[in-house]
Amino acid sequence: MKCDFCDAKATVFLTQLVEGQSKKVCLCEKCAQERGVTDPTGFSMADLILGGMTAATSQGGEGLPDPPPGATKKCPTCGFTLEDLHRVRRFGCAECYATFREEIAPMLRGLHRGLSHVGKVPEGLMALQVKHQRLQDLRTRLDQAISSENYEEAAGIRDETLRPAEPPSPQAPAAP
Amino acid sequence: MMRFNTLITPPADWMSGGQTEHGAVLTSRIRLARNLRHHPFPGWAKRDERNAAFDLLRPAVEALPVMKDAFSQQLSDLNSVQKQVLVERHLASREHAARGDGSGIVIERRQTFSFMLNEEDHLRMQAIRPGLQLQAAFEALSALDTALESTLEFAFDPTLGYLTTCPTNLGTGLRASAMLHLPGLVLSDQIGPVLQAVGKIGLAVRGLYGEGTESLGNLYQISNQSTLGESEETIIRHLERVISQVAHHEQNAREKLLEDDPEMVSDKIGRAYGVLSHAHIIDSKEALNHLSLLRLGGSIGIFPADTEALCDTLLMDIQPAHLQHHASRKLSPEERDSLRAKIIRKRLQNHPSPATCPPSNDSHPPTGDLPSPDES
Repeated sequence: MKCDFCDAKATVFLTQLVEGQSKKVCLCEKCAQERGVTDPTGFSMADLILGGMTAATSQGGEGLPDPPPGATKKCPTCGFTLEDLHRVRRFGCAECYATFREEIAPMLRGLHRGLSHVGKVPEGLMALQVKHQRLQDLRTRLDQAISSENYEEAAGIRDETLRPAEPPSPQAPAAP
Repeated sequence: MMRFNTLITPPADWMSGGQTEHGAVLTSRIRLARNLRHHPFPGWAKRDERNAAFDLLRPAVEALPVMKDAFSQQLSDLNSVQKQVLVERHLASREHAARGDGSGIVIERRQTFSFMLNEEDHLRMQAIRPGLQLQAAFEALSALDTALESTLEFAFDPTLGYLTTCPTNLGTGLRASAMLHLPGLVLSDQIGPVLQAVGKIGLAVRGLYGEGTESLGNLYQISNQSTLGESEETIIRHLERVISQVAHHEQNAREKLLEDDPEMVSDKIGRAYGVLSHAHIIDSKEALNHLSLLRLGGSIGIFPADTEALCDTLLMDIQPAHLQHHASRKLSPEERDSLRAKIIRKRLQNHPSPATCPPSNDSHPPTGDLPSPDES
């Protein structure tokens, strides 16, 4: 059997189970050494192998959005493009997520149990979270109003969503 | 500031403190990924941008009270053996060890917390504990994360959570994992189905396989894959439950082996002890597989209970970079095999042989009710 990374004889075989699928990587002594596969405790090597394996087994870039031909969308902050994502499988900066929000949504579905964060929130950002939640709620109400053809109420809600973000009212502080 | 030797010479707290109720679980590790809001991610940043981020991160991390007198270095100031030692100790990732200028590492004195600066993410914080203690490790690390928020502005999105360089870490940025020692399941040929089952419920299992043989040292790592859509507590609770179940299966497998074939178990452990105590040349793979059996002997009462801690420390000390650090020079593979054998022989010098240690009297607490191999 040949090494997945070069043509030498494979002597190290690594099997990993992810989501019930078993993936096997075959490596020669040298590649195994270079990639840290021979680290017997298998602790720190894990992330690395995952990276190596993605490159070795899914060259088609499965799960990633196809880069649109021609027109290339660029992150206004760091200049990152979808082609870059295909190439390095990493983003350029925090703003990239806002830039490519739509494009990465399908990919996230395959990676995670949910699409919305429900864990820890940085304390300073709590207020922001509250604001975001308010907008979300307003949009839901707006949709409902429109679908029930209650246009007067819909207009009112829309105006509310357009109002600039106001600081939390004194009666209802964001952090009790 | 702490010197490398001062940091590394004593074994880490978590390496030999494994007297927990789950003998099969060696260590629990929590990793949190965080990035700075206004700086490009390290892999995409230009040199001066990386340095700017580093200059912000380093003082913030060093100022944490727990990092008082910590080991703190730029990676460019460490030599290749030192970096490799950190990898073998699980204090740095292999990718991080390959970095140089503009990347750094801050390690708490007892090696319980390790913060990698400008790794794949700006900040990769890690906590390690002995035994199954994922929740405790998370709480300790999360407190440090919260403390850092007062000086660093982390990239966070209300929907996507903590923004990470790789979308696989989005949300909580949490990777929780445990290292398990499963010789009972391997010896009884049950390891395959058990690991398959763990894999099916969305967790990752990693083990190292030699061709046609059992995994190296019977060591396996189980970790979460999904980081978005579940809270940290949910992820950890789920993982701890699964790990407890696997540890329980391991326990049952050991009991069954001792019941069905005590002679085979004693023979394997005795031979492992014989080889380790008398070999003069031993490679990593052979040493790890024998140490695994020695450790098993410690947990089922064939050896005193502290044999487990001895094995866990040796596991680290016989790895290539640790050997070279010990020798203070580069060693050829042949030289390493000799030094490895020498260190093991020395540690086992005053260790009781299996025959002098009756299993029934001095058994380890978690397996206290196991039948003695001689009784059946």
